[in-house]
Amino acid sequence: MTTSSQEKDWAAWMRAAMAGDASAYRRFLASVAPHVRAVVRSRYQSAVAPEYEVEDIVQDVLLTIHLKRGTWDSSRPIGPWVAAIARNRLIDILRRRGRHISVPIDDVMDSLGREDKTAEVSARDIDALLEQLKAKQRDIVRSISLQGSTIRETADRLHMSDGAVRVALHRALKALAYLCRTKEP
Amino acid sequence: MKTNDLIDLLAQDSASTWCLRSVLALAISCGIIVAAVLFFAGIGFRPNISEALTSSRFLFKCVVATTLAITATRAVFGLGRPDASLDGRSLALALAPALLASAVTVELLVVPASQWMPRLIGHDASKCLILVPLLSIGPLSCLLAALRRGAPSSPGLAGAVAGLSAGGIAAAFYTWNCADDSPLFVITWYSLAILIVTSVGYLAGRKLLRW
Repeated sequence: MTTSSQEKDWAAWMRAAMAGDASAYRRFLASVAPHVRAVVRSRYQSAVAPEYEVEDIVQDVLLTIHLKRGTWDSSRPIGPWVAAIARNRLIDILRRRGRHISVPIDDVMDSLGREDKTAEVSARDIDALLEQLKAKQRDIVRSISLQGSTIRETADRLHMSDGAVRVALHRALKALAYLCRTKEP
Repeated sequence: MKTNDLIDLLAQDSASTWCLRSVLALAISCGIIVAAVLFFAGIGFRPNISEALTSSRFLFKCVVATTLAITATRAVFGLGRPDASLDGRSLALALAPALLASAVTVELLVVPASQWMPRLIGHDASKCLILVPLLSIGPLSCLLAALRRGAPSSPGLAGAVAGLSAGGIAAAFYTWNCADDSPLFVITWYSLAILIVTSVGYLAGRKLLRW
């Protein structure tokens, strides 16, 4: 894999995603995730930390990439953008766990060129934080993520409109990101 | 939750795709409109405006303030991104101070030393110190609100440059009312007023723009 061809795919998927192509967006996230995992593992000393903590951080980064995707300037390379978000989240998370380490962006870019496909570990943070969401938001998140329902199926089951489910889902994701940033380490 | 399940979840949330650039452009427009309304409704042009338009000092003052407004606003667009770095847009920030510094040099050369202090003190410095920050409240609030949707690599710096941009916009309006045209006045009191706004932007940025 060369970084440039990888980045070209990412950029193409992300452009399609911005235009509303959900399956291209899924491909983008699924392709980015193992690279983010490689970054997290290279920086986060997992010898003492359980695997699920690595996955917690990967999910935090993916959630942030999602909520901040509007900050990618499509005329600029996407790799450094992904690296910058991963780096920022890592620094923040490590700082809140009382560790002061430097995370050089070049190292992050190097790790981002690798893939780490090891994880079928479940992360724990988001499940714990789900408990703090409003009941309706939690139902929607579980319905789509764990039961694999579509927006439409979820809307039918909860007697809501598609639009209301979409709005509630977006708010739930923002709330989860906020909770990730304020939870006790 | 498995990461694949999270990805399914994120892929379903396609509702809101905005791009930071458009959000910032909208914020700048709103900020300028707010400042313009405040200026034309509450402050207005100085009485001898047609006479002022023939004064090179007055015109230069307007050029410097407008240059700052434009360069700082352009820099804000770069600093809202996580992968922001010092680029041409940030370097252009030196343009307005350089223009002003050369104007001050010329002023010191052409005006006798006895006139330096009176020109520096001017007629109404306190008005400048009040009205520039007042006019910048609208643009700064709009910019900070827009930057909250961004992901600035350095929240404090992004906030400070947003303050500089808001201060520049405010100054660009206020120059049309201000009766003091000497570069000595501008470099002292306008700078101080804009420094206040920039500091507020810095502090607000550190608090509001973390992500």
